[in-house]
Amino acid sequence: MAVLRFFLKISPVLALLAIWYFATSLGMIKPFLLPSPQVVAMRLWRDVITGQFALNAGLTMYRALVGFAIACLIGVPAGMLIASDRFVRWFCEPLISVGFPMPKIAFLPVFMLWFGVYDLSKIVMVSFAAIFTVVAAAEAGTRGVDRVLLWSARSMGASRAAVFWDVILPAAMPQFLTGIQIALPVSLITAVAAEMLMGGAGLGGAMLAAGNYADSPGVFSGIAETSVVGLLAVGGMTQLRRRLLRWHPEFNPR
Amino acid sequence: MTGPRAEKIILAAAAYLPLVIVALIWEATTRLGLFSARLLPPFSDVVVAFFDLLRSGELLTNAIASLRRAFLGFVIAVCTGTTLGAGMALVPWIRSALDPIVQIFYPLPKSALIPLVLVWFGLGDTSKTFLVFLGCLLPMILSTYNGMRGLDPILAWSARSLGASRLEVVREVMLPAALPQILTGLRTTIAFMFLLMVSSELVIATNGLGYLIGAFGDQGSYAAMFATILVVTGLGFAADRGFLALTDHLLRWRA
Repeated sequence: MAVLRFFLKISPVLALLAIWYFATSLGMIKPFLLPSPQVVAMRLWRDVITGQFALNAGLTMYRALVGFAIACLIGVPAGMLIASDRFVRWFCEPLISVGFPMPKIAFLPVFMLWFGVYDLSKIVMVSFAAIFTVVAAAEAGTRGVDRVLLWSARSMGASRAAVFWDVILPAAMPQFLTGIQIALPVSLITAVAAEMLMGGAGLGGAMLAAGNYADSPGVFSGIAETSVVGLLAVGGMTQLRRRLLRWHPEFNPR
Repeated sequence: MTGPRAEKIILAAAAYLPLVIVALIWEATTRLGLFSARLLPPFSDVVVAFFDLLRSGELLTNAIASLRRAFLGFVIAVCTGTTLGAGMALVPWIRSALDPIVQIFYPLPKSALIPLVLVWFGLGDTSKTFLVFLGCLLPMILSTYNGMRGLDPILAWSARSLGASRLEVVREVMLPAALPQILTGLRTTIAFMFLLMVSSELVIATNGLGYLIGAFGDQGSYAAMFATILVVTGLGFAADRGFLALTDHLLRWRA
């Protein structure tokens, strides 16, 4: 029963695959524009057994996650500082409001100029792209902490450090995590785009090479491989949120 | 004399003073030689390069090329996305047909589609327009769907019982109720539009602002490169501010 329901649920995806299969095997679309699913699947399999997939996906993940971690480690404290200090806020607010909507990827050539074309420039690019979201969410989260909570903790004799660790951090955590949850896909998008621009190993570089050599099975298997990486990252993040917010009403309705 | 108005202008200027300070620090550190001029051209050089680009018309033609492509893709995505999202919220079979497909494509980093549009459409305008369309489509579907799904059913029932037709309920009740979420989604989508516009032009293009940035970088004309980057930043900021003003205007009926 459960199996049947599952198949019913994913039937639109199966239908899409079937259309893809018949359209290509009946020759309705040129294989160059849309290679058949079996060709793409073979290519994926080859990438998996030759270790190409593990290598490229690992490199892309490494760049995206290190850049993302740096953005969080700097961004969360920075956002909290901006929220709690008026002078810092005055100085940083216009910078963030300009930086937030800007297409950060435009700075990629600058980072290539400053840090070369290897991992460092890609990681800096990822951090730069992700940090504005993290800072903005951390600031909003900290400012949104209920004043009454702070006053109560203080009046009951909590030290500043205790207020920070036991009141502000948990109360603002949902907002922090929301910012971080947006920043993670941004990190992946940026890592892939940076790899495309600079070439070399990694999912982005491999896909762009495939595109330039008109190797369309390579392009499609690359998209599938990138989706797997994206799925892992988004799924991992959802799990983390569930873990960290176990106590929160969000996961304990009533 | 012009009391409140002048005060407003002074307040706005004070709010953006930090940007001026950053520009001054940039100028001072480069002029003092703390950074090599090869790595970071002085701010004044960048301003000069900006006016040169403006005078030669290079900036304007490339900006128009970029914005035309991006905007076309964006508009098509917004129209299609809101329609599909509303369809998912209102019609059960559309929801069960589209939901799994949306779920599968949602985690895909959209920049991975750049080689795909290269293979399909080559280097011309269509490839970038299509990429922006694809990238903006999902956030629009999802924000419309979530906005309309979150509607209190009592509102729709009341309108129906007061004699509104189904179409009127959608237009007069459901859309206004979903508007805040749709607008939030639109704001994210605009940022996405700029991101995809620039990244696709950096990788595959023969004109446009992203192409210009990459080309100046390759030539070593760093002042012009920084000037173009600042123009892109300014465009993104202006679009965001303009959109926020529009949001305030559209949602003025709310408390």
